[in-house]
Amino acid sequence: MKDLRDTPLLVVEDLSKRYGARIGCVDVSFDLWPGEVLGIVGESGSGKSTLLSCLAGQLAPDTGRVLYQGHDTLEMGEPQRRTLARTDWAFVHQNPRDGLRMGVSAGGNVGERLMAVGARNYGAIREAATDWLGRVEIDATRIDDRPRQFSGGMQQRLQIARNLVTAPKLVFMDEPTGGLDVSVQARLLDLLRGLVRDMGLSVILVTHDLAVARLLADRLMVMQGGHVIEQGLTDQVLDDPQAPYTQLLVSSVLQV
Amino acid sequence: MSDQAYNFAYLDEATKRMIRRAILKGLAVPGYQVPFASREMPMPYGWGTGGVQVTAACLTPEDTLKVIDQGADDTTNAVSIRTFFERTAGVATTTQTAQASVIQTRHRIPEEPLRAGQILVYQVPIPEPLRFLEPRESETRKMHALEEYGLMHVKLYEDIARHGEISTAYAYPVRVEGRYVMDPSPIPKFDNPKLGNCPAIQLFGAGREQRIYALPPYCDVVSLDFEDHPFTPSKADHDCDLCGCATSYLDEVITDDQGGRMFVCSDTDFCETRRDAGHRGRLSPEETA
Ligand SMILES: Nc1ncnc2c1ncn2[C@@H]1O[C@H](COP(=O)(O)OP(=O)(O)O)[C@@H](O)[C@H]1O
Ligand SMILES: [Mg+2]
Repeated sequence: MKDLRDTPLLVVEDLSKRYGARIGCVDVSFDLWPGEVLGIVGESGSGKSTLLSCLAGQLAPDTGRVLYQGHDTLEMGEPQRRTLARTDWAFVHQNPRDGLRMGVSAGGNVGERLMAVGARNYGAIREAATDWLGRVEIDATRIDDRPRQFSGGMQQRLQIARNLVTAPKLVFMDEPTGGLDVSVQARLLDLLRGLVRDMGLSVILVTHDLAVARLLADRLMVMQGGHVIEQGLTDQVLDDPQAPYTQLLVSSVLQV
Repeated sequence: MSDQAYNFAYLDEATKRMIRRAILKGLAVPGYQVPFASREMPMPYGWGTGGVQVTAACLTPEDTLKVIDQGADDTTNAVSIRTFFERTAGVATTTQTAQASVIQTRHRIPEEPLRAGQILVYQVPIPEPLRFLEPRESETRKMHALEEYGLMHVKLYEDIARHGEISTAYAYPVRVEGRYVMDPSPIPKFDNPKLGNCPAIQLFGAGREQRIYALPPYCDVVSLDFEDHPFTPSKADHDCDLCGCATSYLDEVITDDQGGRMFVCSDTDFCETRRDAGHRGRLSPEETA
């Protein structure tokens, strides 16, 4: 019997996306292994979000292949891709407003994915929502409040709970700590680190913040102008950068 | 008797053919919202222009039309639509459910069971049951196409979380033939069980939103719910104060400034028929008994 751990979860081959004459990302190839956290770093405009959207099936690339557990996600029909998106995959947006239903209670937000895959027992859904609010350190008494009444950090934690409640295998994150205060960021990073470890999640994490990448990522890909210019183990890339651009990126962070 | 300035039933024949095509498609794909080119009607939106166009496309000179609004035949809305078709189609009209071949309704299904050969036309304000949580039309269409209906249960979840029970009392969502989720128009949920396995044809017209959908006879219609919060077609826990009926849907009527109130059948024809047959309620005048 073949162990899934012996094969990559995601195989990306020569992925390119242009916006007219403008470059989104070019010829990106990599493998993601089960339980691995891959950080994609680079300055603003380097193509990180474009790449992530293509991987998550939200944007159609011009060329290239994306294989999830051996299945070509670009060849499969939209129904299967959307099913994947609400079962095996999750997507955490930088702005919680893009990932939450602001008019629905915290419990409803967390329960939605369960109901989307057929949960029809109110008590069980509520129990799961309560459990998940606890796991992201939101007081259970807030279960019927709307996200509008939450702070930015709480909204982001709620978005994470909403995404992880169905125990996805692969989580896409686009600047998950982006809009938050430094102290709030630190708490969220701790939380994310714990969840990733406990659930054995595979993560593709986009960030321009190398400190976030250092804390969460096992491996890094550095992007510049749509190209991947360097990749390797996180410590290796950050402590001994090879490409001049990466050296610049790292040194500018160290000075902050 | 009919007003000669108009084509039969007001709409021109080409428009009626277009609407009939939408109706037939709706019957072929139960619960699916078929877009149609809604025409301007000589009455404001909200007055049932969708239902009126569907009725116009269904009527033949031999038909007998009944129009009800919240169960009553004598409200301004019901009277004006009935008069409209008396003038433009010259068809016979009735208030008796059993006598009618076409019934246009707003907010109720008659108490008297419908029979084969009848057509019930609903006036629909908002045809999209998913609109409440998903404002994007492009997205709701996709959700219907891919049967992604989890959101409908999120709405019911929110109901229970806020009110302790599914508080949706009107326009209670249903699943048709195990496929499309449908808004039955703002009928009370008490009427939902009559939607399914009905011998009559049921047609739904939304004028402003330009949608027609349908339930063919003997269709499977299930009201959405949770295992531990099952659907209940509730009504006021009273008998009708005029005809004594214990099973009909009731309106509460305030009778004086002192808080006096009574419960009466919302279906006025049903109530009158029962009273004519000698049934009496708590507040029936003694002398006429
Ligand atoms: N929808 C779009 N239309 C046109 N150009 C775009 C669009 N989205 C991104 N771009 C361009 O693609 C390049 C990469 O952008 P993006 O993927 O957002 O980078 P990052 O996430 O690293 O900031 C930039 O030059 C950007 O201006
Ligand atoms: Mg970005």
